Amino acid sequence: MEPSAQPILDVRNLSVAFNSGPRQITPVRDVSFSIYPGQTVALVGESGCGKSVTALSILRLIPSPPGRVVQGTVGFGGRDLLSLPEPEMRGVRGGKIAMIFQEPMTSLNPVYSIGEQIAEAIVLHQRVKTAQAYEIAEQALRDVGIADPARRLQEYPHVLSGGMRQRVMIAMALSCRPQLLIADEPTTALDVTIQAQILELLRKLQRETGMAILLITHDLGVVAENADVVNVMYASRIVESAAVEDLFDRPMHPYTAGLFRSVPKLGARAERLAAIPGTVPNPAQFPGGCKFHPRCARARELAARAAAEATTEIMSDGESFRVPRRCASEEPLLREMEPRHWAACHQVAGYDEKPPTEPRIEHKRASVVQVDGEVTA
Amino acid sequence: MSQVPANGRPLLEVDDLRTYFPVRRGVFLRTVGHVKAVDGVSFSIQPGRTLGLVGESGCGKSTVGRTLLRLIPATSGSVRYKGEDFFSYRGEELRKLRRQMQIVFQDPVSSLNPRMTVGNIIGEPMQVHGLASGSGRDEMVAGLLERVGLDPAYVTRYPHEFSGGQRQRIGIARALALNPNFIVCDEAVSALDVSIQSQILNLLGDLQKERGIAYLFIAHNLAVVEHISDDVAVMYLGRIVEQASARDLYSNPKHPYTMALLSAVPELNPRPRRRRIVLPGEVPSAVNPPGGCPFHPRCHLTRQAASDADATETAEITVGGTKLRVLRRCAEEMPVLEQKQAEPGHCAACWVTK
Repeated sequence: MEPSAQPILDVRNLSVAFNSGPRQITPVRDVSFSIYPGQTVALVGESGCGKSVTALSILRLIPSPPGRVVQGTVGFGGRDLLSLPEPEMRGVRGGKIAMIFQEPMTSLNPVYSIGEQIAEAIVLHQRVKTAQAYEIAEQALRDVGIADPARRLQEYPHVLSGGMRQRVMIAMALSCRPQLLIADEPTTALDVTIQAQILELLRKLQRETGMAILLITHDLGVVAENADVVNVMYASRIVESAAVEDLFDRPMHPYTAGLFRSVPKLGARAERLAAIPGTVPNPAQFPGGCKFHPRCARARELAARAAAEATTEIMSDGESFRVPRRCASEEPLLREMEPRHWAACHQVAGYDEKPPTEPRIEHKRASVVQVDGEVTA
Repeated sequence: MSQVPANGRPLLEVDDLRTYFPVRRGVFLRTVGHVKAVDGVSFSIQPGRTLGLVGESGCGKSTVGRTLLRLIPATSGSVRYKGEDFFSYRGEELRKLRRQMQIVFQDPVSSLNPRMTVGNIIGEPMQVHGLASGSGRDEMVAGLLERVGLDPAYVTRYPHEFSGGQRQRIGIARALALNPNFIVCDEAVSALDVSIQSQILNLLGDLQKERGIAYLFIAHNLAVVEHISDDVAVMYLGRIVEQASARDLYSNPKHPYTMALLSAVPELNPRPRRRRIVLPGEVPSAVNPPGGCPFHPRCHLTRQAASDADATETAEITVGGTKLRVLRRCAEEMPVLEQKQAEPGHCAACWVTK
């Protein structure tokens, strides 16, 4: 990556609200992150944390109503995608920015052949004749390691296996040479050996094309092996943002640290897992203050040692305990606690000395997964 | 996980279990072949211990769990429960035995009746089996809810009012209602968020220690299986290809498929140390599995061995348009599950490994 490059995508203070009956819920609040050319940036979090809604709002794909962006900008190529006229946005969507989804079966149309579906996008975005679009489509299938691509173009999605469908989705997404690929849980529905194939394929295509990837996942292992920069989301906000090595070496937010401890690790047999108590909050009932405080082990420990007037008693999951008053009343904002390492937690040492800022991290990982054997199918 | 010594009679002995599903074609639905979903699987589980069953989708691991509970009829083979032939039981005797064997499913949404309250979901089996009724039942239900970490006041609520993790707790409470000795956990934590998954794994471990329950823990997540299991069996295309204690299987895998599976699990480390063995192709169809060793078209060990072997001992095969050289024996002869150079009881079905 060249020094002082411009980010290809620059999301600033994005908030998204949905009308849910009489109430308004905010599944994404004040989200800021950047992606530089050739970078893989991860959005990681559990169900309902807002990671997919963030991705969909970048492409303006959230259904409106009930959803709408209430605040923020999405900078892409010097322009704000959120204020682009719809016809221009259509040129970006699927062209300069492509997206692949978790469930390749529902993302492919069962009544059109693979060839028709890939060629349609190529004709639309590259203004070529149908015959030429089929040639590009055939090459795209070959690039993602599909054997006998000419025959596959004539086939329909139902005859393909899950891994093959995800390859077709990737071929379709990459056929227009996007600058940014948004991959929303691209391997979650796949078996682990197929997941390894698909992730290696994405890494290879990224090396060849220099595209940037926004990787949305709940799998910390996939993040550790693929991302350059990681944004951890919890209950609508980014709570920690760092270069991948820094995040895994020194997680600062108690949620990130808790996640790392709670995952069973291969080859490390522990009698008990250090589980995070409580449940993942529903966007309709986010707690006040720091949204993690009802589940936060650090808050409980600190409250046990603190003076009673600095703490407050809360009820969570039928259990009552004390947490620092500030955690329950004031929402922490991201602050750069170390170079290229942001965290949003009142209880991180030195938090009050730093000003709240929005993260921008230009970093490329040093090590990659070593692969034996061929990757093509 | 548990400290129960592995001695005495196994609680469950599965011998050469086979489950074939007919493939029907044409107007008269003639049977034209069989999907050998489970094709000669044998294992045993001691009381209070956990056998992990891993493999990728379609390998037959869920069918094993369902067949041995007689939710799917077996084609052949036997299941002995406490030494008695479970498949020969009928009527009232079968009903009594079924109390002791339960199952927890992957999807807590579709496995709980949306029209029943939590109290009825957990309490009905007690009533049906004549264990408790009236206030005795209510007390037991409240006790179970509390044990699985839910507020006993939830008895009047319906499944949709709960989160995924809470629903899985309800599913576990229902399985516990009849005080079973054996529970099949079929991908019981796979649909849960990571922070919730660890809570449920801890709960299953605690319950095993308290009540001496044996688990058949079916899952595709290798780290989860390693964490909870005493012994592990790896399935590929309806067969067990490797079986050992969890410690030995994970530290010293003998089957090339197990090696590839383990290497494919992403490391929780931004500086990965393991080399990844990427398998070519996909799991073949169980209707028409490859001859010889079913794994040979994807196997890296047989390719390596073939490159060093005499040409007469090798054969050429075509995989996805690519020509590969493999050992002739691997392509022609089905390997048997046999003891390997590892700790006693560590078996693998492979012609290449020693």
